Amino acid sequence: MAVFVQQLLNGLKIGSVYALVALGYTMVYGIIKLINFAHGDFIMVGAYTLVFTIPLMVASGMPAWTAVIFAVVACVAVGVGVEKVAYKPVREKGNRMSALITAVAMSLFLENLAQVLFGASPKTVSNIFKISNITVGGVTLNGNTIITIIIGVVVMLVLQAFVQNTKMGRAMRAVSEDREASILAGIKVNQTITLTFAIGSGLAAIASLMYCAAYPQAMPTMGSMLGLKAFVAAVLGGIGIVPGAMIGGLVIGLVESLSKAYLTTLTGGVLTSAFSDAIVFGILIVVLLIKPAGILGKDVGEKV
Amino acid sequence: MIIPNIQRKAKNPLVNLIGIIVAFAVLVILVRTGVVSTYISGILMTICISIIMATSLNIATGFLGQIALGHCGFMAIGAYTSALITKAMANSNILVGAGAPNFFRFLIAIIIGGALAAIFGMLVGIPALRLKGDYLAIITLGFGEIIRVVIQNLKFCGGNGLSQGAAGQALVGISRISNIYVVYWITVVCVFLMYCFVRSRYGRALMAIREDDVSSGATGLNVTYYKVLAFTFSAFFAGIAGGIFAHYIGSLSINNFTFMKSVEYVIMVVFGGMGSLTGSIVAGGILSALPEALRRFAEYRMLVYSIALIVVVIFKPTGLLGTREFSLTNVLSRFFGKGKAEIKDGGQDE
Repeated sequence: MAVFVQQLLNGLKIGSVYALVALGYTMVYGIIKLINFAHGDFIMVGAYTLVFTIPLMVASGMPAWTAVIFAVVACVAVGVGVEKVAYKPVREKGNRMSALITAVAMSLFLENLAQVLFGASPKTVSNIFKISNITVGGVTLNGNTIITIIIGVVVMLVLQAFVQNTKMGRAMRAVSEDREASILAGIKVNQTITLTFAIGSGLAAIASLMYCAAYPQAMPTMGSMLGLKAFVAAVLGGIGIVPGAMIGGLVIGLVESLSKAYLTTLTGGVLTSAFSDAIVFGILIVVLLIKPAGILGKDVGEKV
Repeated sequence: MIIPNIQRKAKNPLVNLIGIIVAFAVLVILVRTGVVSTYISGILMTICISIIMATSLNIATGFLGQIALGHCGFMAIGAYTSALITKAMANSNILVGAGAPNFFRFLIAIIIGGALAAIFGMLVGIPALRLKGDYLAIITLGFGEIIRVVIQNLKFCGGNGLSQGAAGQALVGISRISNIYVVYWITVVCVFLMYCFVRSRYGRALMAIREDDVSSGATGLNVTYYKVLAFTFSAFFAGIAGGIFAHYIGSLSINNFTFMKSVEYVIMVVFGGMGSLTGSIVAGGILSALPEALRRFAEYRMLVYSIALIVVVIFKPTGLLGTREFSLTNVLSRFFGKGKAEIKDGGQDE
């Protein structure tokens, strides 16, 4: 039982990382109908920023986690830069396929730039949270895990409040609902898109803090698998829907962690824990085939 | 205009055949005289593999108009299948020996590898092709990853393979029986078959679906059938390319077939022009030869590719040749001043 609770918490921990990344995917897709393949690599940008800024913060007597401020700034700069330089010109030409290729190219670019700048070998991130383990009813809970889950939940609630209640949040929802009409209503569409990218990238920076607290390493390709799984989470929850990304992220995290732990026993050794990635992508395929709109999505008929 | 058209059609295959034979003769002479070393013939082999991969991906991406990000999954299936077949045949002493026996062993293996890749292409295609655009790209990516993970964890696909296999390791000890002459002709045949395919009524159906799938359906085309057909066809040749690769490189690591590798072939297709087979040939050739020429800048290779890709998509989204085909006949007639420049092959500019 204790092991099961541990695995459950591990799942929620990685799930909240996926959820934050999935939010970035989902918001961008909702507003410009583009799968931002480079989004996973924003986490890598955040992680490298943490590698270099944590020692600075610690040296100046601040807690290590305050380095996340730099990570947010770096990620927002990269995210907005990518949008302005690569996506905007392609978007204005209006070809979805070109936009998708540009996104893939951007992801390649960021990964290889990091490889040239920092080398292919992983760099260690210093310890971020110094929290001792908690024992509740005979189950030892890792302090890092608890704090990660708490940060994830708080950020999601704040984001949901922002999107639902503020003027800018309403503008974002309006643009994703109907772009032409929101122009007529006086919404500055380009500004709103930039804001969406900024928020998405900022979330990726926070996700990179949470991820590095659990797996203290930064390497050029770290974002690609993480990003793909977060994307699966976004599709599972219903792409373009903010609460959907949260649910999807947590579900994918739980599935991954539980399948890693119990797959060998459950299938009698036919499938090993190495198949957990295949299961995550299997979920993607099943969702796309059964309900492409996702758990919270509404099926919309195609206009001809 | 009808008369020159007919004349051109009669002349075209002959001119191309002569061109291919001349190129082959040059190749033979260069190898015999030692200008083409083992190293260079290795590069030529890589070029042939890239050409088959890029042209076959172009059928799905350029002619059908759907981005597939899991093409390397099919390549992996072909590579592993054919490698295991040649291993099994070598173990039971069927068709072993230099020259003709090796050639037939190789040919049988890669064709079976291609066929299995085609079957998987069909199995993947039937569900996947219900989707399109972004979702199709993602689902092919998902299938590609699943194929990779599964192969990585199959016991008979690692180590020494078959009964002496070990999961999670590279497959080693594959007989290196691809040779450049054979691979050259296989490439020619593959490209020829693909060219015939896209020029047939099937190919025209694909292009109609690319332009507008709903109205093609309304005019009576069985859209799903053609989509799955194109996907299967494309997977078959990816499997062949994988087979050649396996018998050229001699050991297979699953890291040769990652998502990023699939993206490299997408880059070739986009550079060459989506919907132009000759464009894919040129781009596949250049992009796989270039890194060898620029070895000193190896670490910047993908960086440059990615920037170039973005620049191409922004400023010349049709790629090098767009949907046009390069034609030897046209070049010759222009060269000798017959002035038939207005006859363009497959020139449906968008």
